[in-house]
Amino acid sequence: MSVDKATVAKIASLARIRMDDAALERMVPELNGILRWVEQLGEVDVAGIAPMAAVIPGTLRLREDVVDADPLTGGGKQADVLANAPAAEHGFFGVPKVIE
Amino acid sequence: MSNYRIQGATGEWEVVIGLEVHAQVTSNSKLFSGAATAFGAEPNSQVSLIDAAMPGMLPVPNRECIRQAVRTGMAIAAQINTWSRFDRKNYFYADLPQGYQISQLYHPLVGEGSLLIEADEKAGIAEDKIIGIERIHVEQDAGKLMHDQHPTMSYVDLNRAGVALMEIVSKPDMRSPAEAGAYLRKLRAILRYVGSCDGNMEEGSMRADVNVSVRRPDEPFGTRTETKNVNSVRFVMQAIEHEAMRQVDVLESGGTVEQETRLFDPGTGTTRTMRSKEDAHDYRYFPDPDLLPLVLDEDFLAECRASLPELPDAKRKRYIEVLGLSPYNARELTAEVETFARFETLLAETAKAIGKDEPAVATQVANWSLSVAPGVMKALGDEGDPANATAAAQAAILAMQDKGEISGGQAKEIFEIVLKTGRDPAEIAETEGLKQVSDTGAIEAAVDSVIAANADKVEQYRAGKEALFGFFVGQVMKAMQGKANPQLVNQLLKGKLG
Amino acid sequence: MTDLTADLTSLGVKEIRDGVARGDFTAREVAEAFNAAVAEAAALNAFIVTTPDHALAAADKVDADRAAGKELGSMAGVPIGMKDLFATYGIQTTAASHILEGFLPRYESTVSSKLWDAGAGMLGKLNLDQFAMGSSNETSYFGNVTSPWRKAGSNAAMSPGGSSGGSSAAVAARIAPAATGTDTGGSIRQPAAFTGICGIKPTYGRCSRWGIVAFASSLDQAGPMARSVEDCAIMLGAMAGFDPKDATSLDMPVPDWEAALNSDLRGKKVGIPREYRMEGTDQAILDSWEQGKAWLKDAGAEIVDVSLPHTKYALPAYYIVAPAEASSNLARYDGVRYGLRELPDGSGLQDMYAATRAAGFGDEVKRRILIGTYVLSAGFYDAYYTQAQKVRALVARDFERAFAECDVILAPTTPTASFPLGSMTDDPLTMYLNDVFAVPASLAGLPAMSVPATLNPDGLPLGLQIVGRPFDEQGVLNAGLAIEQRAGFTARPEKWW
Ligand SMILES: [Mg+2]
Ligand SMILES: [Zn+2]
Repeated sequence: MSVDKATVAKIASLARIRMDDAALERMVPELNGILRWVEQLGEVDVAGIAPMAAVIPGTLRLREDVVDADPLTGGGKQADVLANAPAAEHGFFGVPKVIE
Repeated sequence: MSNYRIQGATGEWEVVIGLEVHAQVTSNSKLFSGAATAFGAEPNSQVSLIDAAMPGMLPVPNRECIRQAVRTGMAIAAQINTWSRFDRKNYFYADLPQGYQISQLYHPLVGEGSLLIEADEKAGIAEDKIIGIERIHVEQDAGKLMHDQHPTMSYVDLNRAGVALMEIVSKPDMRSPAEAGAYLRKLRAILRYVGSCDGNMEEGSMRADVNVSVRRPDEPFGTRTETKNVNSVRFVMQAIEHEAMRQVDVLESGGTVEQETRLFDPGTGTTRTMRSKEDAHDYRYFPDPDLLPLVLDEDFLAECRASLPELPDAKRKRYIEVLGLSPYNARELTAEVETFARFETLLAETAKAIGKDEPAVATQVANWSLSVAPGVMKALGDEGDPANATAAAQAAILAMQDKGEISGGQAKEIFEIVLKTGRDPAEIAETEGLKQVSDTGAIEAAVDSVIAANADKVEQYRAGKEALFGFFVGQVMKAMQGKANPQLVNQLLKGKLG
Repeated sequence: MTDLTADLTSLGVKEIRDGVARGDFTAREVAEAFNAAVAEAAALNAFIVTTPDHALAAADKVDADRAAGKELGSMAGVPIGMKDLFATYGIQTTAASHILEGFLPRYESTVSSKLWDAGAGMLGKLNLDQFAMGSSNETSYFGNVTSPWRKAGSNAAMSPGGSSGGSSAAVAARIAPAATGTDTGGSIRQPAAFTGICGIKPTYGRCSRWGIVAFASSLDQAGPMARSVEDCAIMLGAMAGFDPKDATSLDMPVPDWEAALNSDLRGKKVGIPREYRMEGTDQAILDSWEQGKAWLKDAGAEIVDVSLPHTKYALPAYYIVAPAEASSNLARYDGVRYGLRELPDGSGLQDMYAATRAAGFGDEVKRRILIGTYVLSAGFYDAYYTQAQKVRALVARDFERAFAECDVILAPTTPTASFPLGSMTDDPLTMYLNDVFAVPASLAGLPAMSVPATLNPDGLPLGLQIVGRPFDEQGVLNAGLAIEQRAGFTARPEKWW
């Protein structure tokens, strides 16, 4: 499969990366080069092989339902959460007005 | 079969409805972080670094959320998948800090199950109907956006972000707004029985995405639209009605229905296109590499199973078959957790107070619970304090009535005073003279004098005019100022009249 | 003082720790010496920010603890460089990206906080390829890192490798005795090989990922980079350990790797994977591989041929899996909660995202996000992502089968030595090939290490790679030690900065 400029534009938009025409133009051959190369995977016989589910075999650990058991993963830290915000007001993050 | 049809200009249309219900899982902390889930706190105060998607933060799942979803699955007799996993649903929105929602697409925790909605003539549901449930998966809730606080900005509050939701996806098995309403009410009852969700739609603990399409009867499904986040049973029904009509209009005027996401406006009862989500249909789901497969062992499942309460359908069946209640009473009493809980407490107290087993007093307690007590409370309005209506007080009233010490009317009067004052029912009966006379001597004397005063009627009665019996009863009751125990009156009159 | 300074900066982790404990010098003297060396080495551009005060404060604490007779940690008195992918409390953490410029975390990564607990201090935050995406340290927003090494007879600026290129350059230049690295597809081993130092990527899950800016979650692993195998063993011991905050963290005890180091390989089998004999590999590298076999044989090991038939497909599989995960992991950089925000006039929320991400991400990052977005998108997911994860399972199975026949695997770390900065930037694919030998172990989550072997004819270092069974860091370190002892690699770059 190969991509054209319109496809790259669509992907860039899905990924929320603004790209002008020149950037899109440049990206087309680069992406096609990579895609052509990764498509050699199609040669591999994967019949009966399950996609890798866990790098090191294991299953999910569950934690107990305790509020703020570890301050590093708990809440109650509005100041820390907002500390780096480009726009924070009245305890909220501010973003350009959204019309739903 | 539902015969709900939309009459279009070109003929009849059938509505096909599927619901995706998002139910907030009852838990203390969030699905993947230790932040609290309590409702209504300061903005961004119940947000962990994980919920705010700070760089390098990782999710660790909450056992209780998984447990509650499994119990819910068991309650709808669903397949529980002992191997499931979390996937990422990728899209950009200001209420979604990670840029993806951790959800389950490929291997949900709970597979197929079903739920029964009951026949309800009034609502237009002709017979019982099984609604298929496709799956239940566990996922993160998003944060909240506020649009009216600032002229050019929307505000983001992440307190809800990361709270655990169960998404309960029905099959497209419903065919009328009424069926959808019944499904939602039943589902809500089950969640509340199980205790996996508080079912509070106003606070957003339960929201429905409503999938609606229309088709000519017996034709294949049409294109559906999804109306997001409708938060009451009534609104869901309205949204379906409006959306089905709209689609019929579109189709009949030669157009095609777009598969799209829509919003419901409770003010107008209509739906409209949701602009902010218009390019969000390529979610690029893939297994979340931060989380391993979720494997449930037999101990975990056994505990989930053992901790399930008696569920609505089983309870209803037991009320009918064991307690001998009418189907109507059984349905009414089992519809809500509070209702059956109150009923069962009162039933136990009353049986104890009277000294009979529960089936022997169940109908009396059911009638009291469903009609007598609510009637008194309603009539009394604000003058009564429902807190005074303890099970002990009501059982005492019912026991007095059962023993013939008070009449039905007196029971209501006593209950009224209990509600107003919290006084003891027996004391009220005593001091307020609200007792019927069960003193055989006094009643016998009254019977004797009535017989003596109406010799002619006695003659006629004995000659076969049995309709006169009521007359004698009335006379005796009048003589006793209405306070005689009617059963005793009947019994004594019958004996004396021969 | 000058003499002492020169001496101190030539010391490694163990020498510093033991010297401080013995009282040969103070931790403060060590920190001051390295702070000074860092300050002199601006030309390498190895650090994005320096934190001399952090190093001094940690040193003073160690000196005070020692004076008070308290037990000292395993890294006590050792000032290290911290790859700028680890969140450090109150200290700018950028992943070498403009999009995180100025970001001051209110948290400390698990690995860095374990190192501080062990008595280490921080010289600064080390430069890297942006979001760890790169193999030459040319994708950093904060400029290339220059290797302290130069080709014989040339002044051309050379690549320190990547993505942990600030780490490799700093350790090779003796401006840090050790540094943290992270390895997603070779990012510890390849730069270690390029700069003549050691680096180990432990088994996936050994080091907590909590607080490390994520690139590709199923591959990312932290590990130490230092100048000796023993130093790596010590530092890995301080970094590793179960962390309940990371659902993929291994809940296993951390062995005392330092204590169990043993280069006697009698009874061990070393596998030589025939598929690693690839076209385009430098003759000098093939020669060093042969040399490595001889060394390990000398250490008592038996050399056996093994086959890893899917080796060729590991790299393309990696370039689907890693970008796919990255495209999602990097979605959080949206200008809402931290980092850069670009808000062109009149733009709405989605415009803000697109503008912010366009301005904040470098070209390589964008390229990988686009590839990742594409391979996950509707209609392509199975053909690319699912297929790649199946191939990945096959790569892992290859190793499993090979390890039925051997205890560790010996291979080159890279197909070439370091190259001049700017010489490989035209074609991303050529650059990706740098990691062809490193990526298979990453896909399989296996412990793998690079140890310096020799210099090539240009006077540039070459590394040998040892790959072990899951959880067998000890076996990897022991084989590394055997090589180190026999290679006698003492070459160091001449100071030109
Ligand atoms: Mg939905
Ligand atoms: Zn959902």
